[in-house]
Amino acid sequence: MMLHVSPTAATTGIAKGEVLLNVENVSLRFGGVKAISDVSFDIVKGEVRAIIGPNGAGKTSMLNCINGFYFPQEGHITYKGVRRQKVRPHEAASSGIARTFQNVALFKGMTTLDNIMTGRTLKMNVGLFWQLLRHGPAMREEIEHRRKVEDIIDFLEIQAIRKIPVGKLPYGLQKRVELGRALAMEPELLLLDEPMAGMNLEEKEDMCRFILDVNQTFGTTIALIEHDMGVVMDLSDRVVVLEYGRKIADGTPDVVKADQKVIDAYLGVAH
Amino acid sequence: MFYRETGQFKTNYTDDMAIFPIRQDRIGIAIILAIALILPFVVSEFVLKTILLPFLALSVAVIGLNILTGYTGLISLGSAGFMGVGAYACYKLTTIFPEVNIIIWIFASGFFAAAVGVFFGLPSLRIKGLYLAVATLAAQFFLQWAFVRIPWLFNYNPSGAIEVPLRTLFGMPITGPTAELEVKYLICLGFVIGMTWLASNLVHGRIGRSWMAVRDMDIAAELMGIKLLNAKLLAFAVSSFFCGVSGALFVFLYLGGAEAGTEFAIRLSFLILFAVIIGGTGSMIGSFFGTAFIVALPTILKFGAPAIGIAITGATAEKIVLMIIGALTIYLLIVEPHGLARLWQIMKQKLRVWPFPY
Ligand SMILES: Nc1ncnc2c1ncn2[C@@H]1O[C@H](COP(=O)(O)OP(=O)(O)O)[C@@H](O)[C@H]1O
Ligand SMILES: [Mg+2]
Repeated sequence: MMLHVSPTAATTGIAKGEVLLNVENVSLRFGGVKAISDVSFDIVKGEVRAIIGPNGAGKTSMLNCINGFYFPQEGHITYKGVRRQKVRPHEAASSGIARTFQNVALFKGMTTLDNIMTGRTLKMNVGLFWQLLRHGPAMREEIEHRRKVEDIIDFLEIQAIRKIPVGKLPYGLQKRVELGRALAMEPELLLLDEPMAGMNLEEKEDMCRFILDVNQTFGTTIALIEHDMGVVMDLSDRVVVLEYGRKIADGTPDVVKADQKVIDAYLGVAH
Repeated sequence: MFYRETGQFKTNYTDDMAIFPIRQDRIGIAIILAIALILPFVVSEFVLKTILLPFLALSVAVIGLNILTGYTGLISLGSAGFMGVGAYACYKLTTIFPEVNIIIWIFASGFFAAAVGVFFGLPSLRIKGLYLAVATLAAQFFLQWAFVRIPWLFNYNPSGAIEVPLRTLFGMPITGPTAELEVKYLICLGFVIGMTWLASNLVHGRIGRSWMAVRDMDIAAELMGIKLLNAKLLAFAVSSFFCGVSGALFVFLYLGGAEAGTEFAIRLSFLILFAVIIGGTGSMIGSFFGTAFIVALPTILKFGAPAIGIAITGATAEKIVLMIIGALTIYLLIVEPHGLARLWQIMKQKLRVWPFPY
């Protein structure tokens, strides 16, 4: 499988099972709309943490706070033991946070290969001079990273669409390429916003397998937003449930599933 | 005859990442280069002067704007202004240091244009699309004003124009009135080949990918760790560098003297933008198609139409040219943003499966 892509665990100092990310009393408003109200939860290194809740519950907004698209008005986010002030998305990226989007945010005009190569940007540093010549260090670096990207392409079984502009791919494959681009960053914390939305059963099964593999093979910590309760129960170690911007439950899938508030708010509505 | 990749297996990444991975493409490029080398000795002086020289000089600016608009998605109407910066920088440099070879100064004038380009590119972090176009338009007008109002730039010539001095290479005149057209052509060609090679190296690597990422989805680009301001300013710098070199070539090797007020006016900025759109945004080869189109069309209409018996005055031809270019630009913007380069690709694709299209 992905033989060359190594987990970054060794470099972080946070051991498996310790708190990687801590969200404390976070509130986020858009004008009069309260998207998130006083939510606290933590994500532990190595786990798959699901975030569920009805539409408009504030799940996507929560991911946006974590990777620096939004700045919460109240509360704090602590990542790897450091309480963050205002973090910009590219800073979140360099601290090891990668994500996928609810409505695929790929680079439409670029090929699958180039999209995933872009995920390597932070790890590439040969400067303008050699880039202009495309020789020596620039070419060596390009080949080195191309190798890693090919491993990811093999892992996700998308060899055939390597050189196709992603705008031309069906939706399910686009989601897979987007996962590939996030994996290329070798993230420590991977945020997945509804990675299986709009997929058929087979595609969903593939995606589940990839997510589990990433988590188990590389020890990547995953925060997962997902509507399909079956998937959530299968994949996640712990679940946090949001409703109208508030946290209404937090625990293992079994505990959450049995929670009356959750049944009323979410499961009752969805099924 | 047979254009296809069958049998050409890539066994390592270097081969697969080559800019022309198909052997026939490489042969094609070699043939085009060979033709380009003998062309000045077989065509008439008229064609050389009115089509080939401006084609070469302008293609560098079109590639430059394509880097900014086609690859990075930022519209600029300041290209002619940046060309002017290159031309005036070259003029001042060769005036102050006449002993340094003019070829070095033509290249170096790109750096001045790049600096000016970065300055006027600063607003691009905050504004996009139409608003950025207006901001670069302001740059264009400011620069045009400066070229006319700052007499130091044109060495206080009473005519207000750049008067290109005689400069030599190995004792052979390459600029000025006594330089041979063929020599000027070959120098221009050298620049075009070199600059195209650099541009195409750049867009195929990390930096090119960052530009395209910014173009296609800037929030996701930021999430890859790309700093938007850096990527955009670098695009402005490289793009203006190309425009600057183009401007210096345009004046020193093609026009032989110019008044910036008329040569580097907004009209030229628009023509360069149209060339990018007609040729195909985000395509190197398209830049050449687009330039050929805007350079050759006026000449063909002005001199070709009378030759086949259609009476047409120079002024009318000029207007017809603008109408055709304008209409084509709008058409392509709506139906085929990849321009002529796309037609080229379709043709190659057809050729690849010919004669069995299924
Ligand atoms: N950029 C924004 N501007 C204004 N309101 C927003 C914005 N983003 C999200 N919201 C609002 O915040 C609430 C939570 O949205 P979201 O986080 O997308 O929910 P979910 O992902 O759980 O479906 C919704 O009411 C939504 O309308
Ligand atoms: Mg959402």
